[in-house]
Amino acid sequence: MRKLGGVRAPHRKGTAASAPERIPIPPEVRLPMSMHIGAPAKPVVKAGDAVKVGQLIGEASGFVSSPVHASVSGKVKRVDEYDAVTGLGALSVVIESDGEQTPHDGLRAPEVNDMKSFLGAVRESGVVGLGGAGFPTAVKLTVKDISAVDYILINGAECEPYITSDTRTMLDETELLEEGALLLGKYLGVKNIVFGVESNKPEPISRLAEFTSRRDGMEVRTLPAMYPQGGEKVLIYQITGRRVPEGKLPLDVGVVVLNCTTLTAIVKYIKTGMPLVSKCVTVDGSAVVKPGNVVAPIGAPLSSLFEFCGGLKGDVKKVLMGGPMMGIAAPSLDMPVLKATNAALAFSEKDARLPEETPCIRCGRCVSHCPMGLMPLEFERAYRLKKPELLERYKVNLCMECGCCAYSCPAKRMLVQYIKLSKIMLRERQAADKAAAERKEAAV
Amino acid sequence: MNELLVSVSPHIRDGATTRGIMRDVIIALAPAAAASVIIFGARAALVVAFCAVACPLLEAAYEKALGRKATAGDLSACVTGVLLAFNLPVGIPLWKAFVGCAAAIILVKQLFGGLGKNFANPAITARIVMLLAFPAAMAAWACGGGLFGETYDAVTGATPLTMIAQGNTGALPPLSAMLLGVRGGCLGETSAVALALGGVYLLARRVITWHAPAAFILTVFVFSALLGRDPVYQVLSGGLLLGAIFMATDYVTTPQTAAGRLVFGLGAGLITVIIRAYGSYPEGVSFSILLMNILTPYIGRLTAKKAFGGADA
Repeated sequence: MRKLGGVRAPHRKGTAASAPERIPIPPEVRLPMSMHIGAPAKPVVKAGDAVKVGQLIGEASGFVSSPVHASVSGKVKRVDEYDAVTGLGALSVVIESDGEQTPHDGLRAPEVNDMKSFLGAVRESGVVGLGGAGFPTAVKLTVKDISAVDYILINGAECEPYITSDTRTMLDETELLEEGALLLGKYLGVKNIVFGVESNKPEPISRLAEFTSRRDGMEVRTLPAMYPQGGEKVLIYQITGRRVPEGKLPLDVGVVVLNCTTLTAIVKYIKTGMPLVSKCVTVDGSAVVKPGNVVAPIGAPLSSLFEFCGGLKGDVKKVLMGGPMMGIAAPSLDMPVLKATNAALAFSEKDARLPEETPCIRCGRCVSHCPMGLMPLEFERAYRLKKPELLERYKVNLCMECGCCAYSCPAKRMLVQYIKLSKIMLRERQAADKAAAERKEAAV
Repeated sequence: MNELLVSVSPHIRDGATTRGIMRDVIIALAPAAAASVIIFGARAALVVAFCAVACPLLEAAYEKALGRKATAGDLSACVTGVLLAFNLPVGIPLWKAFVGCAAAIILVKQLFGGLGKNFANPAITARIVMLLAFPAAMAAWACGGGLFGETYDAVTGATPLTMIAQGNTGALPPLSAMLLGVRGGCLGETSAVALALGGVYLLARRVITWHAPAAFILTVFVFSALLGRDPVYQVLSGGLLLGAIFMATDYVTTPQTAAGRLVFGLGAGLITVIIRAYGSYPEGVSFSILLMNILTPYIGRLTAKKAFGGADA
């Protein structure tokens, strides 16, 4: 068995014991039409429309897409573009809340009695990968040949520092996880359902074990507390020993991975008909007065979460959506909570300060820590030399941007930045090559 | 509120810095430095201190002259200075040592772009420059003032490797002297115990990995035995331990993967033994490391790590 790299990042799970509290409904929420990977949803409401909680406001536009539902009751204020954390414009529906949180009349539990209706329900629930990636869950579960899948892994690794929202799911919604695992077994007919949890969460592990020990084919696996155990390919390898080959999906090795909170969101929809409209978010960081877990309507501005947690102290310099290893730095506190947002972290100037980059000393720490067995220092070199062919040879495409390289770099190189730029450079080169080949063909 | 800083992930880093690593190397060199003073006398301290200061000063002067950012604070030039001093005989005139320092810092390191860009080990290459420029001074093992100076004639005479080369094996110092370092040689290379102590420290601090030193030493041991030479003396003689522990593990000029480091050690070991057995110089560690430095980019390419789940390119 190959020993995968990784880093012993600090855990900082101080909020693990904080049961999530609902924040007051903010006066306004912004629901982006693209909170998932794939085609953005298409708005089906317009300014002035009255909406209620759970009402469809954006319909899925294509196979790889996901519907969006109103998270508050009130009136649609506008449908417009805003500058998202990605730096790109994104279409969104802004709803002015009436504070009533009236549920939509049409909501009822879907009829689920076979695989098709189960997958239909998952699609309508608006659930996407809640571990952070946001891939539409229904697409992940729609498999040509389900009999080839013999493992469903429920990801409770939660390897990012600070974040404890999945921990809370495992502690507070244990029964939903059991029901979800049973549903998956029943409708997808998958034999083995294994929960993977890092060893630094003994309580969730024993909670899950209470029911998995009673159920055939169910199991909790304790993973080392080493980032990034929750990375999909890492988790699959640690639990099943299978390697997802380059260019293939987990399905190709008979595995589907679902985040634990993704599973409970599906179960909630199947039981109540209420789609994914709120999210447990860990609010923490050195600039937060009273760190804790909160439940926020999707679309709530980050500022409303911080306010609920006692506000921000000192000179706030950096705000993250997600954990410190892979989270995205938000340009403002107006950014809305997305479906896949699992943490909102705020840091003071001191903790946000960027370390000075010094020359690469080729120590090879990025190489030995890379869980994917890549050579990040070569990516930076190839990028600077403008050599996409080297990027291809060193397989920059296999990088999941977990950040172990930059984390462990003594020269403080911004390796993930160079890797992101490298991927763009490689894509451009490949597109240019393809266009040239087509022109040549056309000329012949 | 301030403007928020938007930067790419990860947003936390571990505590390792280049300066911290170099500090660890200096700490690891300290036992051998102490041993050199005990064995060769106070002048050893003078030579080590001179080079340890001259190298960073030369680096600072060069960078100032060219209007570049000052980098001597990263301590890498200081490490180069100590390593170069360790490769010199105790009686070396200081002006000659200064020429060596200039060769290391200006010629080998800065002209190629400074830290991280040099293809050859600065201290090793500077030693070779001095070997060619000052052959007599670099082979003058005479010494006085050390605690054991009068006990062992060997110290004032030739190095063990020279004795072996001359077939004068009867005059070799006993094994205990070889381990402690009470023998002729460059001032930092003789004490196996002190060097090993530094190596253990670097391994414990995870500054180096075992691959290159183990492959280097083991290759010399086995290959020497095959050639009918006493392998223990071959390992303890000359600059092998110094080279294997501190030079074959230099980050910039050796491969980054475990496999590459094994190949590097193996190659350096073979070349060392060949030079010792068949070459005109009694010692081959410096040349072998320099040659392997030159081969490092190719070794790196051939031993590139196989990506997890990666298809064959």
